[in-house]
Amino acid sequence: MEILTWTYILVGFTFALYIGIAIWSRAASTKEFYTAGGGVSPLANGMATAADWMSAASFISMAGIIAFAGYDGSVYLMGWTGGYVLLALLLAPYLRKFGKFTVPDFVGDRYYSKGAKVVAVICALFVSFTYVAGQMRGVGIVFSRYLEVPIEWGVIIGMCIVFFYAVLGGMKGITYTQVAQYCVLIFAYMVPAIFISMQLTGNPIPQLGLGGEVADGTALLDKLDGVLAELGFNEYTEGRKGLVDVLMITLALMVGTAGLPHVIVRFFTVPRVKDARLSAGYALIFIAILYTTAPAIAAFGIYNTIDSTSETALEDLPPWISTWQKTDLIQVDDKNGDGKIQYVADAEANELTIDRDIMVLASPEIAQLPNWVVGLVAAGAMAAALSTAAGLLLVISTSVSRDLFKTFQPEISEKKELRIARISAACAVIIAGYFGVNPPGFVAQVVAFAFGLAAASFFPVIIMGIFSTRINKEGAIVGMITGMLFTAGYIVYFKFISPELNTAENWLFGISPEGIGSIGMFINFLICGIVSHLTPPPPQSVRDMISDIRVPRGAGKATKF
Amino acid sequence: MAILLTIWFLVSFGCGILFVEELNQIRIGGYKLGFWFAQQGSIFTFILIIFAYVYRMNQLDKEFDVDEE
Repeated sequence: MEILTWTYILVGFTFALYIGIAIWSRAASTKEFYTAGGGVSPLANGMATAADWMSAASFISMAGIIAFAGYDGSVYLMGWTGGYVLLALLLAPYLRKFGKFTVPDFVGDRYYSKGAKVVAVICALFVSFTYVAGQMRGVGIVFSRYLEVPIEWGVIIGMCIVFFYAVLGGMKGITYTQVAQYCVLIFAYMVPAIFISMQLTGNPIPQLGLGGEVADGTALLDKLDGVLAELGFNEYTEGRKGLVDVLMITLALMVGTAGLPHVIVRFFTVPRVKDARLSAGYALIFIAILYTTAPAIAAFGIYNTIDSTSETALEDLPPWISTWQKTDLIQVDDKNGDGKIQYVADAEANELTIDRDIMVLASPEIAQLPNWVVGLVAAGAMAAALSTAAGLLLVISTSVSRDLFKTFQPEISEKKELRIARISAACAVIIAGYFGVNPPGFVAQVVAFAFGLAAASFFPVIIMGIFSTRINKEGAIVGMITGMLFTAGYIVYFKFISPELNTAENWLFGISPEGIGSIGMFINFLICGIVSHLTPPPPQSVRDMISDIRVPRGAGKATKF
Repeated sequence: MAILLTIWFLVSFGCGILFVEELNQIRIGGYKLGFWFAQQGSIFTFILIIFAYVYRMNQLDKEFDVDEE
């Protein structure tokens, strides 16, 4: 069967499955809409968290970045998983005990102020929109390649699907849908990885295959170092970015993960504090399966690519080159007219340009795997993008309906609240769709900015909100605003206002826009601390509340209205 | 908990970034050790840290009689 037929079948089948689950578990009450009634098991919640958090960036983009960046790509691996440790150790159990639905809710109560809450809502919306735009782009790429429709149509089809189950199902629908999506995406990611690992190194476990040997007996990574050095690139296992920059990007991604509003809300869906801890553990295992496979796919992919294209005659190029050329994501240009492809580091002489976002999607074709594997990867990529987009839409709709409307109009009925939530989700889908069609950068890059913004705004106020009784509302508000403005300003300046200055010499302390969230976070911590000590301490009731959330017992009661 | 966070820091920032050059001198199978820590080892360690934490906290909760059920 053709690739296209397989894609229709597999993507269609998985869609039907997700929608079926969403209808089956339709939310009946507001509480179910937001947090699934607090009754999801830790294992299921771990899977849902993993699916929620492994977005199109993890699935589609990350292996591609590692393939072309080598060691430097490690920042994404360590940053995104390391953040999980922070989340599980420092945040999740306490926020669960606190028993509020959303991060702005927590900020509003902890800092006893509507002002702080509104600032938090704005930060949450800002982060969520940046993130969801990246997802929509991912959906668009997948559709445009496999369904052979223009990218605009791809995004629109994706928007309809996301809207349908996020809006109808609410959190409970999303939780079980995401469990299904996790299964689909991990299966889709592992199958080609295992096949390719077998082909190249004879070892069926990609994690071990990465350290294995290729046919001529040399280690894969050594061979890759050698081949890349010969073509004028950096060695695969050596870094190129500055040490400070690598540290800062890793840190920004770590604390950003811990501060992402749509991931934090996941921990409100389990019944007990104990379960919140445990589900963070399960989630990391599920995430690690994909994350330790990604570097293997990256190394295999770049090795196969060079192997099958470098110094190959134009007419002998493998068929995947011409199929991807149709999407403009691969460009071939025989500059020196010798009828062969030279893939080299020198931009003047290089004749093959490959978009990093296609590495995972194209890997089954590159390795000449059967057509059904190609269709499977398409279904997996859809699962990854849709699950995250749906989680984010929920945060956006919750923020608008609960945190904005209910704060100022406490008397609105539950039914009306649910309607406002649905309307705002619809608006969010449309705006996200717009950014999906006109994206401001690569999928993973856009997502990295979202993490930086989350790091600079939420992380300090949540951490200090839990562990310090002295921090007051003035400190929190000023801290969040300065952290957010500084980070967003730095990114906008280098990415949009004067992109030509975006080189290491012009960066502050040699830190790239991807890593600036770390500095934003330090500024936030500092300002927040100083302002708090210059203004009166929080009232006694708030201090009692803080002491109380460190005791795990009694979390169940706290979620009731 | 401070110990766990120290391990977290050492493995990711220490082994994966700061001392990667030194560790790359050591080889295990087809891997350079520093590269392995950055791309695989740190992630496995993170899992262990979380489960150690879950175990320890549950123990502490029982000890101080604040556990649930």
